[in-house]
Amino acid sequence: MAVSAAVFDDAFIPVEGGHTIPLEDIAPWAVLGTLLAVIFIYFVSTEQGAFSLFQGMYVHEFVHDGRHLLGFPCH
Amino acid sequence: MTRDLLWRGMLAGILGALLATLFARGFAEPQIDLAIGYEESHSVPAPSEHAAPEHAAPEHAGMAHPKPQEEELVSRDTQKGAGLVTAFALYGAAVGGIFSLVFAYGYGRMGRLGPRSFALLLAALTFVLVVVVPAIKYPQTPPAVGKHETVALRTAAYFGMIALSLGAAIIAARIRAVMARPGRGFDATLLGFVVYLGIVGLGQLLLPTINEVPGDFPAVLLWNFRIASIGTQLVLWATIGLAFGLWAEQVLKRAR
Repeated sequence: MAVSAAVFDDAFIPVEGGHTIPLEDIAPWAVLGTLLAVIFIYFVSTEQGAFSLFQGMYVHEFVHDGRHLLGFPCH
Repeated sequence: MTRDLLWRGMLAGILGALLATLFARGFAEPQIDLAIGYEESHSVPAPSEHAAPEHAAPEHAGMAHPKPQEEELVSRDTQKGAGLVTAFALYGAAVGGIFSLVFAYGYGRMGRLGPRSFALLLAALTFVLVVVVPAIKYPQTPPAVGKHETVALRTAAYFGMIALSLGAAIIAARIRAVMARPGRGFDATLLGFVVYLGIVGLGQLLLPTINEVPGDFPAVLLWNFRIASIGTQLVLWATIGLAFGLWAEQVLKRAR
């Protein structure tokens, strides 16, 4: 009962002019978003671990706990 | 449309990161403190001991962690506070952004689900593919576990495992779509599962085995840390799935 209400109350909302968001609308944001995301993820997960763009261990030590908890190899 | 979704995906990721930080402060940080305590008790030779064990001890402990916290670059309080929340917020914004892009592509293309259902399903799927499945081969490790020399190999293997899991899921979905016949969608879905499990299983066999847990590391601490770590990421992904679903519904309704 609750499950079917949860599914059927949440109806599909058509996108203007069709059922999907056109790829031309997604593409530029996908490139920008992915590029930014990769840089962010690199600094949280890998910088001053397997690779180092900057000298020292400051970034590594700063994000230390997050890195361990997100499962990335640390040390 | 995509711009609005991307923006909200990053916001949902940051919101999830804040809640995950609260969860981690309550449940994960005590385990990290205990692991660091273990690390220090094994890397610093006891002052009252004889000369011989003193020489032997650093060598043994040096394998687990070559750099004890003699020069504390970042204090524990900063690591637990600003460091933790910054790391999570950057990660949350990044994965939330990518999540919203996948949502923008998949909405209406991967079935005709409502925005909130689709967002929650996508978040649950991501949690399984990116967190749970890679952790079966390479589980999260607390401080004091892991040798410094192998960090490059472990990083490559871990990202390889995530890529393998995502790639296998895409292949499985493609095969399911090709094989689906009217009235036999269930069978095609089963086949997709088998393909996914087959690829991931084979990959797990081929990827290097890594076990760097010191022999006397407390088993209960390791278990508690891993549960807390998986719980933290569950909070992150649950928040992204629920919050983004609500906001995506608003965006879609307004655009009509």
